Amino acid sequence: MHFAFTDEQAMIAETAKAFFAENATSERTRAAMAADGIDRALWQAFTGELGLAGVALPEGHGGVGLGMVEFAILAEQAGSQVAALPLLASLGLAAPAILAGGTDTQKNWLPMLAAGEASASFAILDNGTLIAPHGAVADIFVVSTGDSAAIVRRDTPGLTVTPLMSMDQTRPYARIDIGDALIEPLADPRAAISAALSTGWLAIAADALGGAQACLDRTVAYALERVQFGRTIGSFQAVKHRLADMMVMVEQARSAVYWAACAIDEGSDEAAFAIHAAKAFACDTYRHCAGEMIQLHGGIGFTWEHDAHLHFKRARSDASLLGTPDWHREQIAQLAGLDEAA
Amino acid sequence: MRLGFSPEEEAFRAEAAAWLKTELEGSFADVHGLTSLTDAPDRRRDWEKRLGEAGWSCVGWPSAYGGRDATLAQQVIFAEEYARAGAPPRLNHIGVELAGPTILAFGTEEQKARFLPAIARGEEIWCQGYSEPNAGSDLANVRTRAWREGGDWLIEGQKVWTSLAQFSDWIFVIARTEEGSKGPKGLSFLLVPVDQPGVTVRPIHQITGEAEFNETFFDAARTPAANILGEPGHGWAVAMALLGFERGVSTLAQQMGFRNELNAVIAAARANGEARNPLIRQRIAQAEIGLKLMRYGALRMLSDAEGGTLGTSALTYKIQWATWRRDLGELAMDVIGLSGETVEGHDYAFPMLPNLFLYSRADTIYGGTNEIQRNIIAERALGLPREPRGDLK
Repeated sequence: MHFAFTDEQAMIAETAKAFFAENATSERTRAAMAADGIDRALWQAFTGELGLAGVALPEGHGGVGLGMVEFAILAEQAGSQVAALPLLASLGLAAPAILAGGTDTQKNWLPMLAAGEASASFAILDNGTLIAPHGAVADIFVVSTGDSAAIVRRDTPGLTVTPLMSMDQTRPYARIDIGDALIEPLADPRAAISAALSTGWLAIAADALGGAQACLDRTVAYALERVQFGRTIGSFQAVKHRLADMMVMVEQARSAVYWAACAIDEGSDEAAFAIHAAKAFACDTYRHCAGEMIQLHGGIGFTWEHDAHLHFKRARSDASLLGTPDWHREQIAQLAGLDEAA
Repeated sequence: MRLGFSPEEEAFRAEAAAWLKTELEGSFADVHGLTSLTDAPDRRRDWEKRLGEAGWSCVGWPSAYGGRDATLAQQVIFAEEYARAGAPPRLNHIGVELAGPTILAFGTEEQKARFLPAIARGEEIWCQGYSEPNAGSDLANVRTRAWREGGDWLIEGQKVWTSLAQFSDWIFVIARTEEGSKGPKGLSFLLVPVDQPGVTVRPIHQITGEAEFNETFFDAARTPAANILGEPGHGWAVAMALLGFERGVSTLAQQMGFRNELNAVIAAARANGEARNPLIRQRIAQAEIGLKLMRYGALRMLSDAEGGTLGTSALTYKIQWATWRRDLGELAMDVIGLSGETVEGHDYAFPMLPNLFLYSRADTIYGGTNEIQRNIIAERALGLPREPRGDLK
């Protein structure tokens, strides 16, 4: 038992942090928001020169052969900059689905996804409509309807992809209408969906952790510089106690995310519990911290110009996507045995 | 990053579990499952001694001082097995978890040899003399004085909220040893025997009806000059380091106690149908998550400490568990409803869940209130400025 990063993991974290801080700037993210929600140069650099995009994919499929801890590290650091990338859609949802349930031929997509030569998305059935994060820029979709799942290519005749104006423009949705388009069924849909959900939930939780930490850091920095009543506002307990509460939540979210990542990697009995806990807790934390970021910045925090709303909207999207915190807590209630006889 | 334990560590777990089972089903069956700190004090002393004899009292300490040289993973395992076995809360938890580690860190070789084995063998029980009537959250506002007279320190003053002083042999006291000094300067950390004419212990009744803590009066109390930890006038650093030890391995044993309390809430909810109430289900799930995050937070904190760098995340631990437990007390009462309001008989002594509701109100106060914890987190972890001090006396 050693619940701290190894030297290699610490190095990946440091590399990823520096990479996203330097490249996923507010200016570049905003340019992507005004277009189709992807910073293509960033995606190329991430999948190309950084060489870590396939961190959790096996080496035989173009990956690095590490695990969920390393993948969570990347998602956390991308989240801290609200990076406009199809990281969740392509590598957090579609790739694990194909890896776990695809045919051998379908697995040929994996090296291309890891190298950024293609990108994928995962269509979610919501009130009878299929919607896909970063769907407008995907080359293929993993589509699941009930017990079956399949790959549909973007260029298949009959498929319609309609970009939707999305509250979070760093991860915009598209509506997918399959019509009579040719679908390519996955070999093991159940395994595919299960892998997509657990990796996706973890990736969202890690994104939320990174975002929440960034909200805390940036709000602390502001509280140290903003002067009112002749003092920095960070010296008022009304402000500093709220920042302390944010940290208490962020540290728990950090434990949750890396507990879940380890539990998946180690095949622990606790994995399902841990993933639901991470998704629920980290998303609540991000929502809280992003809301506090706006409040503690005052008027400036409500402007389009300030980055607070990027976090606020990403936090909402993280919470809404693939089960709200309440839904994940209900799964935990079941796992905790509340339905067993007294 | 790895959460699992090795086969050697699992073998250690089996050994610890077997020993605990034998004792708690055999000669110590009467202390099995006790939860209150004040029940059966004589047998609790016997239990401390039994743990000591078998080398299970202070497993993380060096064997030279009565410990077992256990690795971090072994300490974690023992703490878990201790609680899982239903072993009672340690009568000497202040000695084992606070006084001992502080003496280990700041004591001279003579002090270590004098005090540590006696703690490990369960022969000397300790309590803590920090708070005073005018030194609560503002702990440095200590008025208890001490001065040298011949070969002794003489001590005058009053401490309050001294848990378990009625059972203790020794008390560590922060006292002002430099006349006219203020705040954290001029304080010394003294080790004082309780059983002497100059020390009077008076119990204080709590909102639960129990009397776990006391007022302790020092009226020309004495301790030999050698019984000072650190330099005279520099006791504050020792006192603050001690508070850091509250975030050690013992937190894991404490969490197993919380596990039992949450299990009792779940059992009650299943029994009376509240387990089908969606709002209660959400709160129980949140409590389950919080408890797990306490465990993994503690393991992160301990793993960081093992690497030589205690992260600032450790500072968030106290407010986290205290708030969790207070919320659990509220949840417990919402689950059991009116049945929690009454108890048979004439004693004001409530069973586990209603008692938890009352007792947990202390958790967010002692050891630094939630508000003080927020100041500590904001100032030491986040680098925010202090609120300016007032000047009222």
